[in-house]
Amino acid sequence: MEYSFDIALVVETFPILMRGFVVTLELWLPSLAIGLAAGFLLALARLSGSRLLRGGSLVYIELFRDTPVLIQLIWFYYAFPIIIGVQLSPFAAALLGLALNTSAYGAEIFRGGIQSIARGQWEGAKALGMRHADVLRRIVLPQVFKLMLPAFTNRAVEVAKMSSLASVLSVHELMYQGRLLSSTYYRPFEILTTVAVVYFVLIYPATFLSMTLERRMAGKG
Amino acid sequence: MPEPILQVSGLHKWFGALHVLQGIDFSVAAGERVAIIGGSGSGKSTFLRCLNFMEMPTSGRIALDGTPLGRVSAGKPDTVRYPEGELCRVRERVGMVFQQFNLFPHMTVLENAMEGLVTVKRMKKAEARERALRELDKVGLGGKTDVYSGRLSGGQQQRVAIARALAMEPEILLFDEPTSSLDPELVGEVLRVIRQLAEEGRTMLLVTHELGFAYHFATKVIFLADGVFHEVGTPDEVLKHPRQERTRAFLERFTEFSF
Repeated sequence: MEYSFDIALVVETFPILMRGFVVTLELWLPSLAIGLAAGFLLALARLSGSRLLRGGSLVYIELFRDTPVLIQLIWFYYAFPIIIGVQLSPFAAALLGLALNTSAYGAEIFRGGIQSIARGQWEGAKALGMRHADVLRRIVLPQVFKLMLPAFTNRAVEVAKMSSLASVLSVHELMYQGRLLSSTYYRPFEILTTVAVVYFVLIYPATFLSMTLERRMAGKG
Repeated sequence: MPEPILQVSGLHKWFGALHVLQGIDFSVAAGERVAIIGGSGSGKSTFLRCLNFMEMPTSGRIALDGTPLGRVSAGKPDTVRYPEGELCRVRERVGMVFQQFNLFPHMTVLENAMEGLVTVKRMKKAEARERALRELDKVGLGGKTDVYSGRLSGGQQQRVAIARALAMEPEILLFDEPTSSLDPELVGEVLRVIRQLAEEGRTMLLVTHELGFAYHFATKVIFLADGVFHEVGTPDEVLKHPRQERTRAFLERFTEFSF
């Protein structure tokens, strides 16, 4: 079978894919940032002395980890508005779903990291008169950041790929544009291959940056 | 007799069903040096750790300068709550040196000694640095300031830990078996630093198995057994002329293999 790769089509549709690329970035970075920040607070709740906070955060984390992301995104678009009485835009629903999902996974990364620090570190710091929050900020987090970095990188990569699910809600991100173009031109091979390459170009720098950081931090301490 | 700095009354500590401290009354005045000895599991470390609230007393009160610490809520006279700020202020004044050093591995020797000054006392970096250097010099580590603590020997690490505690200028220093995790040949360098502090007239409490050192170091020796003070007296009284059979038996185990 002879198949000629239609490079002209790729060139022609590339600007449209780039529009999708921008939307993917707009979904990815904010949901990652919001998700990890919220995940940190959730981890503090998981580790807190209050039974209510511990229980509540556990339920939240398990709900988001043990159900499909695809359903979560659709749920935030169709079901959540019924509860709060406000219709979200597809983009907002997707961003919310991705961020909350990320927060559940981020919480577990932070919790594992914080718990990996030996009790002696807490005691050494507290014996100087440091407050709990200061111990966390000055002693515990700087030590666990290095350990958590690979897990954060994994999460970042996952979220970038998960953002393609937003196409189901007709968010005009990269995957949506790719599917639309491939059904318009009946050329899924060219279009989807290009989409995959664009995703790679998007994600690889993140993993590269993380590896560089890891290597640099390995020298210290 | 000078006014006591720290006063303990009716101190009990339970770990689950285990009654570790069974009612202790104790006070320490400025310039006193107390050595606490006893078998493993006797509660001596737990007692020391209650004094700066590394362990929370199950019941009993601890007073600093005559003021009882913690708050008692109305209707529940047995439950004392300790606000974080109050505990932090106590710990600033009552420093501690641990068996396992507990240095911060992501910081250099100098940063370790500066940490309390910068974070707790909110001191300016330059000033904190100056004071930290002074204390590191005192423990003989002025030449190792930029080294990460993991690269030091156990004895050096413990001396950094002492400098870190000293930098806070505590009124009382607690030593929790400071030489127990050291190789025998490194014990001396740490004990010499502690002896030097004793010569300065500092108020210190030392939990130790180094009975010889305790004899020369202490103004008062406490033999703890089964969670109570079994025998209290001068080093000469407790270590050389113990009155209690239990104390004698404990001391004999130390001389069993001497030559």
